[in-house]
Amino acid sequence: MAPKTSADVCGMGHSMKRKEDPRFLQGQGRYVDDLQLPGMLYMDIVRSPLAHARITAINTEAALKVPGVLAVITGKTLEQFNLHWMPTLMSDTQMVLPTDKVMYQAQEVAAVIATSRYAAADGVEAVDVDYDPLPVVVNPFMALEEDAPVLRTDKKDRKDNRIFHWEVGDREGTATLLAQSDVVVKQRIYIPRIHVASIETCGCVADFDKVQGKLTVYMTTQAPHAVRTVVALVAGHVGLSEEKIRIISPDIGGGFGGKVPVYPGYVIAIAASVVTGKPIKWMEDRMENLQADSFARDYHISAELGARRDGTMTALRIKTVADHGYTDAACNPSKFPAGLFSICTGSYRMQKAFAEVDAAYTNKPPGGIAYRCSFRVTEAVHAIERMTDVLALELGMDPAELRLKNFIPAEKFPYKSILGWEYDSGDYASALQKAMELIDYKALRKEQAEKRARGELMGIGISSFTEVVGAGPSKDFDILGLKMFDSAEIRIHPTGKATARFGTKSQGQGHETTYAQIVAEELGIPAAHVQVEEGDTDTAPYGLGTYASRSTPTAGAAATMAARKIRDKAKKIAAHLLEVSEDDLEWEVGKFFVKGAPQKAKTIQEIAFAAYTNHPQGLEAGLEAVHYYDPPNLTFPFGSYICVVDIDRETGEVKIRRFVAVDDCGNVINPMVVEGQIHGGLTQGMAPALMEEIQYDASGNIRGGSFIDYLVPTAVETPRWETARTVTPSPHHPLGAKGVGESATVGAPPAIANAVVDALAHLGVRHIDIPITPEKVWNLLKEKEAGVVPEFRERRRRPRPVPVGSL
Amino acid sequence: MATHEITVTVNGTPHRAEVESRLLLVHFIRDELRLTGTHIGCDTTHCGACTVLLDGEPVKSCTLLAVQADGGSITTVEGLARDGTLHPIQEGFWQEHGLQCGYCTPGMMMTSHALLQRNPQPSEEEIRRAISGNLCRCTGYVNIVKAVQYAAEKMAQPVTTQGL
Repeated sequence: MAPKTSADVCGMGHSMKRKEDPRFLQGQGRYVDDLQLPGMLYMDIVRSPLAHARITAINTEAALKVPGVLAVITGKTLEQFNLHWMPTLMSDTQMVLPTDKVMYQAQEVAAVIATSRYAAADGVEAVDVDYDPLPVVVNPFMALEEDAPVLRTDKKDRKDNRIFHWEVGDREGTATLLAQSDVVVKQRIYIPRIHVASIETCGCVADFDKVQGKLTVYMTTQAPHAVRTVVALVAGHVGLSEEKIRIISPDIGGGFGGKVPVYPGYVIAIAASVVTGKPIKWMEDRMENLQADSFARDYHISAELGARRDGTMTALRIKTVADHGYTDAACNPSKFPAGLFSICTGSYRMQKAFAEVDAAYTNKPPGGIAYRCSFRVTEAVHAIERMTDVLALELGMDPAELRLKNFIPAEKFPYKSILGWEYDSGDYASALQKAMELIDYKALRKEQAEKRARGELMGIGISSFTEVVGAGPSKDFDILGLKMFDSAEIRIHPTGKATARFGTKSQGQGHETTYAQIVAEELGIPAAHVQVEEGDTDTAPYGLGTYASRSTPTAGAAATMAARKIRDKAKKIAAHLLEVSEDDLEWEVGKFFVKGAPQKAKTIQEIAFAAYTNHPQGLEAGLEAVHYYDPPNLTFPFGSYICVVDIDRETGEVKIRRFVAVDDCGNVINPMVVEGQIHGGLTQGMAPALMEEIQYDASGNIRGGSFIDYLVPTAVETPRWETARTVTPSPHHPLGAKGVGESATVGAPPAIANAVVDALAHLGVRHIDIPITPEKVWNLLKEKEAGVVPEFRERRRRPRPVPVGSL
Repeated sequence: MATHEITVTVNGTPHRAEVESRLLLVHFIRDELRLTGTHIGCDTTHCGACTVLLDGEPVKSCTLLAVQADGGSITTVEGLARDGTLHPIQEGFWQEHGLQCGYCTPGMMMTSHALLQRNPQPSEEEIRRAISGNLCRCTGYVNIVKAVQYAAEKMAQPVTTQGL
């Protein structure tokens, strides 16, 4: 679709170069750790080496003697102010600092305040903590067993480790239909615990002004307003009042969901600043970030998919055990305990479906946040897209053909899914057909057959996903009761330039550019003249922040509506200036003109000037508007991805040769930014598919707590992504747009997993859990092709003689 | 804690300072000189957000001590643009949308700068190898590769002599 506006105005559809880039390119971004306030002190955290233990003593004497160390804060210190526990965003409870026992390795135990970051680290080394180990539960299935030790002994009535049981759909109907189906495939699928690992870690500078009683916190948060309200609720009793709390989220170095939770470190820093009256800086290091910040996924899924012999899907049943760690600190703002998991019927028509989720407490850090996705969508999409391929294999059908047979047809939208969603718009077959043409699917299948005959391993994997983003309609979505609307406030200045403020917060998504383009589209003011501001609760209208691909669906819509309110007022002013009735005016980008007399016109800039210099009698001066947008529905972006892999028989290494991604996110605001989001999402989809996993041993020791073990993709593993688009506008979004930032993270993993399984299917492989590491593939090959894969021989070293005198 | 006097030239400006033996170069640059464009992303030399040029070579300043830079010449991201004009690498990252959150960007650009100094016309494979010590979570690297190619092309063009 050609843009409606000229390149000078740069409304929707223009690949405008980003307005935020000049400061980042010149090292002038302002991230939390860049702040240095006068008299600022530094905080560092003592962490538990054990996953479950009673604290018998914390000896701070030696630490307090370290030069530069001013104080050591423990749970007992916070207990005096009743600040040692806090609510999670799921209305569970979480320790700020423990008074009794630790529940996971790397949990915060005490905090050291010092005059420099080095002195604070010295202080941490000198704090001596005595622990009495307790039995550790790391396996969620064992946690749910009747004789499992109850972990949350702080909760008086708790008799087990079950956080919730949730189910959706028709249990009996699904069971009956599965029993009647010609074919039922069953598969256990584990989606491992992973970490967002944004390159900037989490941290804050808390600055309490004792004279004014005002707290300012600069922090790495994706949701500054929600944090302000949480702080007011948690610390109201010690005198922090919401009008005197200012949360500033400056430039953020990537969020991906990891900067939604309120971590104990923030709260301790705030408490320390309130007590000392000094600014306190706390910045995690990478290992703290990887070991203690909230995790994603950790879903143990058992899925059954039924079909008729001809491939028509009939029913889906999914049973899941979710490992949430020691508290439910997921940031899921829906009324459904397992978030949007019930999108698990995906892009397909089915007669019956049933899903149930049991969530368990374990001795791990809090889990359940969304790694670049809406809550539990990635898990749901992985399950259905993997099961579709398992079914194709069982039926001996081509996976593309099976998908095309079962897609919800384009003419059925809006479509009510069997588990209760109303998909707003879609055309799944067009997206898949486009991907198949772009990659030349037929030729690939031919090549694969030839290679297989030669003994080479090549696979082709498809994923045709349906995303569900833009949380969300207030009937279903809130966070601690706060409804999930979002907001925009636009002020047009006398010279026709604009300032626009939002309740969301970019962490790299490019809001300063795309929101400016929305205002340009609606008002004809060049995007270059629209200053976008976010992340300061003292100035921005209240909003719920940026995650779950919600910014365009909510705040983008709010900007549109606010701009339209301004246009309505501008029309009154134009009528006054042109001495005609409003009904005689027509709008064209950037101006109102008199119908039939286009030379009689007033530009938005002229109107803006008049709003302050010559406004009509009876109309307020000024030209501004604010809008809080409560979306009528979520948006359902979708796409079809095709991945081609080659597997090295000797090493088990999977190489992505090609990856074609066809995405549909409705009408596009900035094609360059959208493509960038897809590239990044694909990479964060490949990461858990092939590399990323946080594992624990039986004692609860983390096995991937630094970038040494937790492998995130570099430019070498990452392929050259090929992207394309179809456009199916959202019928309810005022711009016809949908969210897009996370589509690729959600859609990519099954495409890759399906490709690998496809490469090995002739050997009897039906499923491989992600991440599909070379080790897993190599072991599979060894098992399936005994004798073909050479045995791994450990190199024997002759024992070296110990030199005399070295003992 | 022992201290040392060091002299380091940063972006052309000589600095003399008394530093603790253990002070990391990245903290010297960020906290002492207040050049905060150089970022910290890990503690294990993996992410490359802290990459600066030391005597023309890219180094990860989180794994060097400030004293090791004594007598050396450092270029940080703040030293790339000249007289308000972006360096071709900065221009390339802007034009090709090679950045999103901007956090890895300074380190990524410094590594690319060093690559183009020793290999003015790198292949895609060579670019990918060269930046493999710099992690980016946002872009998926495709546009970073394009940005470096853009810069290589631009830097190969003869400098205009207009006005001389």
